Amino acid sequence: MSELKLPSIDYAALAPILIMLGAALVGVLVEAFVPRHRRHLVQLSVSLLAVLAALTMVVLNADDRLITAGSAIAVDGPTLFLQGAILVLAAMALLLTGERAVERGGAFVAHAAITAESAEDRRQAESAGGTTEVYPLATFAIGGMLIFVAANDLLTMFIALEVFSLPLYLLCALARRRRLLSQEAALKYFMLGAYASAFFLFGVALIYGFTSGIPGRSAGVDFATINAAVNESPASRVLLFAGMALLAIGLLFKAAAAPFHVWTPDVYQGAPTPVTAFMAACTKVAAFGALLRVFHVAFASASWDFTPVLGVVAVLTMLVGAVLAVTQTDIKRLLAYSSIANAGYLLVGVLAPSKDGLSGTMFYLVAYGFSVLAAFAVVTLVRDGDGEATHLSRWAGLGRRSPFFASVFTFILLAFAGIPLTSGFTSKFAVFGPALAEGRAWLVVAGVLTSMVLAFPYLRVVVMMWLSEPGESTPTVAVPGGLTSAALMIGVVATLVLGVAPAPLLDLATGAAEFVR
Amino acid sequence: MSNFPFLSVLTVAPLVGALVVALLPRRRPELAKQVAFVWSLLVLVLSVLMWIAFKIDGDRFQFRESYPWIPNWGVHFTFAADGIALVMLMLIAVLVPLVILASWHDADSSRRSVPAYFALLLVLECTMIGVFAAADVFLFYVFFEVMLVPMYFLIGSYGGHQRQYAAVKFFLYSLVGGLFMLAAVIGLWVVGGKTFDWQALSQVDISTGTERWLFLGFFLAFAIKAPFFPFHTWLPDAGGAAPAGAAALLVGVLDKVGTFGILRYCLPLFPDAAKWFAPWALALALIGIIYAALLAVGQNDLKRLVSYTSIAHFGFIGVGIFAFTTQAGTGAVLYMVNHGLATGLLFLVVGMLIARRGSALISDFGGAGKLVPVLAGVLFFAGLASLALPGTAPFVSEFLVLIGSFTVNKPVAVIATLGIILAAAYVLWMVQRTTQGTLNPALTEIDGMRRDLNLREKVVIAPLVALIVLLGFYPKPVTDVINPAVQATMNDIGKTDPAPAPGTSVQEASR
Repeated sequence: MSELKLPSIDYAALAPILIMLGAALVGVLVEAFVPRHRRHLVQLSVSLLAVLAALTMVVLNADDRLITAGSAIAVDGPTLFLQGAILVLAAMALLLTGERAVERGGAFVAHAAITAESAEDRRQAESAGGTTEVYPLATFAIGGMLIFVAANDLLTMFIALEVFSLPLYLLCALARRRRLLSQEAALKYFMLGAYASAFFLFGVALIYGFTSGIPGRSAGVDFATINAAVNESPASRVLLFAGMALLAIGLLFKAAAAPFHVWTPDVYQGAPTPVTAFMAACTKVAAFGALLRVFHVAFASASWDFTPVLGVVAVLTMLVGAVLAVTQTDIKRLLAYSSIANAGYLLVGVLAPSKDGLSGTMFYLVAYGFSVLAAFAVVTLVRDGDGEATHLSRWAGLGRRSPFFASVFTFILLAFAGIPLTSGFTSKFAVFGPALAEGRAWLVVAGVLTSMVLAFPYLRVVVMMWLSEPGESTPTVAVPGGLTSAALMIGVVATLVLGVAPAPLLDLATGAAEFVR
Repeated sequence: MSNFPFLSVLTVAPLVGALVVALLPRRRPELAKQVAFVWSLLVLVLSVLMWIAFKIDGDRFQFRESYPWIPNWGVHFTFAADGIALVMLMLIAVLVPLVILASWHDADSSRRSVPAYFALLLVLECTMIGVFAAADVFLFYVFFEVMLVPMYFLIGSYGGHQRQYAAVKFFLYSLVGGLFMLAAVIGLWVVGGKTFDWQALSQVDISTGTERWLFLGFFLAFAIKAPFFPFHTWLPDAGGAAPAGAAALLVGVLDKVGTFGILRYCLPLFPDAAKWFAPWALALALIGIIYAALLAVGQNDLKRLVSYTSIAHFGFIGVGIFAFTTQAGTGAVLYMVNHGLATGLLFLVVGMLIARRGSALISDFGGAGKLVPVLAGVLFFAGLASLALPGTAPFVSEFLVLIGSFTVNKPVAVIATLGIILAAAYVLWMVQRTTQGTLNPALTEIDGMRRDLNLREKVVIAPLVALIVLLGFYPKPVTDVINPAVQATMNDIGKTDPAPAPGTSVQEASR
């Protein structure tokens, strides 16, 4: 009987993940033992400190290039870069989550179990308390994302997917106002997410089958084995193609790529805005981190097979996102469709299989994350007595009422539209350049054409804010508390700096753009 | 003195001025106006010094500066000016102070902040200077796109009737062109070995197919910007809705970026494609001359009329560029300058008329010359300059374009000449309906119409009139600067002039 060998585990390399998961557990204990009125502060501090500690560990590990925990986790350049990105963006999202100065009690429901739209529900909307479980949930999600971008086999990846998805489903349901919309969003996200997970798992099974039978290797779902199997497996290629397709569906669902995007607008609209911001920034990073690793490491040798299909998906995503954004009348839905279109641009970067393509995609993820967080931070501020005023017609004349926030939002919209001197332009260049260099001219042309379409809805919002007269119903902009101000300023400054002087981050991304295999 | 970093200082100076003006208190609009005006005069002084430091027989590109910006992509802050860029920079530096002076009260009636208006004008000046001074394709693109933002707010926030529609249309048209150019810029970067330096890129050999696509990407952006038929529909709207000062800059300078871009980027970087596409470009230019002139005849809105005349004039510039002779090319560049002066003057004068009458419709005027004789006289002069009367500057350039293209392509020159006749029609008829004939009784009831030009307006008009007359009789200072740069451009595309030595013929023609 062969002896069971324990895999060696590099705890230092895993420290960011362990810190986040540990902090989440601490958060659960805080819920149990700390008095209600102190929980908010304690929870916020615990989660923020954990994020900072994890970020410190990522920085300390910056030179790690290793595979640990058997072959389950790869800590390499892309992992560390994306983990760092997730942590920074998550810290900003936590700042938005913790804001309580804008609305009494914050953006989250006081008692989630109360029937929506009942008299009791209206009372809770005015009450001072808000659930503090959101912090451990968010911390769990962040931990899951950190694993997701580091996973070096498909099973670890699947578990990470569930670890970060389940808390997100819950978080979506916790909006303080418009409870029905919020619950609907959570249910939709959960149902479709469950399907996507099932697809992913089925794909894992098929790939496992495909890897069996290689001489001198046992079957497995770690990326080195899959890569070897793509080159020399005697099994039918149908297994490979079907498996790849199913895996891609699971990942593209999280990335909000068409035609797996239908949940995005509803969920983005219904979820509490800080959670939407968190999803738009961090989930995107995690999903694309996994896509990059799966397609650049595991299936690299099959790039001739998947590029046309993923290319079509990319074009479709850009097209759907851009065209449907034109018709939106709700700012959160507009940003959702814009996020879909941006997923398309990111896919263009994923399909440029070079070092530049990889670093460009990672740069894009960070730049977009900062901008989108800032955008949603502004959305949380534009409100009336009934909560956030998200209908676009309500934004008319905002520039007259509060020129500062309208300027900030205009700047972010110009960044989304890709005007130079904003990160929106440099990041588009960072993905389109390598794609063209790799001969993907058709993707770049599609990207440019859809950018033109997409400029229109952004411009319409600018027109609304500046060139329309304020109406009776133009809401006021709430004075943000310190937390929202901090998140907003970080996002805006990063959008400007990455547009004017992108070189440092590009250097960092280029230095990190090498997978361990 | 020639080591002084003229171009970067020129680019940054208006931006600093804009920041200063924007930070001035809203309640003191007069102070903001004065600071903006003085600042733009300083820029003018700097440009004059640069003009003096420019060596006519020196290198093609002078005042070259280069600082690394994004080393990962080979992007530099590279500035350099050839003769063509130099005259355009000079034009900007002359026009902006005059426009500021002319727009003194334009923003007063608006409900928006007055300092912001003048800050936007200075930001616009910064981007305009940058776009002509850049010698790095990436940097050029950045200025090309950012230029839209201040103009968008100038039209959208301070414009007249239908300003929202016009501002959005202007922005979208330009952005669409710009994005096509972005694709071509990236393509050029890839085939050029990941550099954006103009001089390095002009040495790159590109395969025929790629070259044509890249040319199209750039050309489309410039054709929309210029604008050439059929991409012109945004200009009458934007020009009609913009405040007169901004419109003068829009048509006088901003649109020249299109023709400048064709000369600087399309021809030298893609010479073979340029020759291949030349017949098409000439056709578009000719259609533009005739079609826009016909539309101009039928306009009842003064600012829209001037916008249409500009489209016709851009047709002439296009003919001059794509005739590929030094004469025609020099004529085209000279036309860019003269058109900036003449149409700038026309826009400003028309703006003064409109400000008095409170309406831009020609039918609301009639016999205005009896009330404001000096203003009417200036309008007449500006109109004559615009139709290229001999003795005014545009005549020289139009004549150069026509004889330059006649030597290589007679039908084009003949058709283009028809445009001159139409120009006489739209200008003279416009002048007749507004200032001549019987006095429209409604005019006498308007206070403004009884005030003729005041001192400020005279100061605005006098330099432009003087320059138009001066360059009409003695264009040599400008042609001397332009000629070597145009000749170098023609060498880039491998075209030599058919007739006698080009240098002498140009000078004879210009005398």
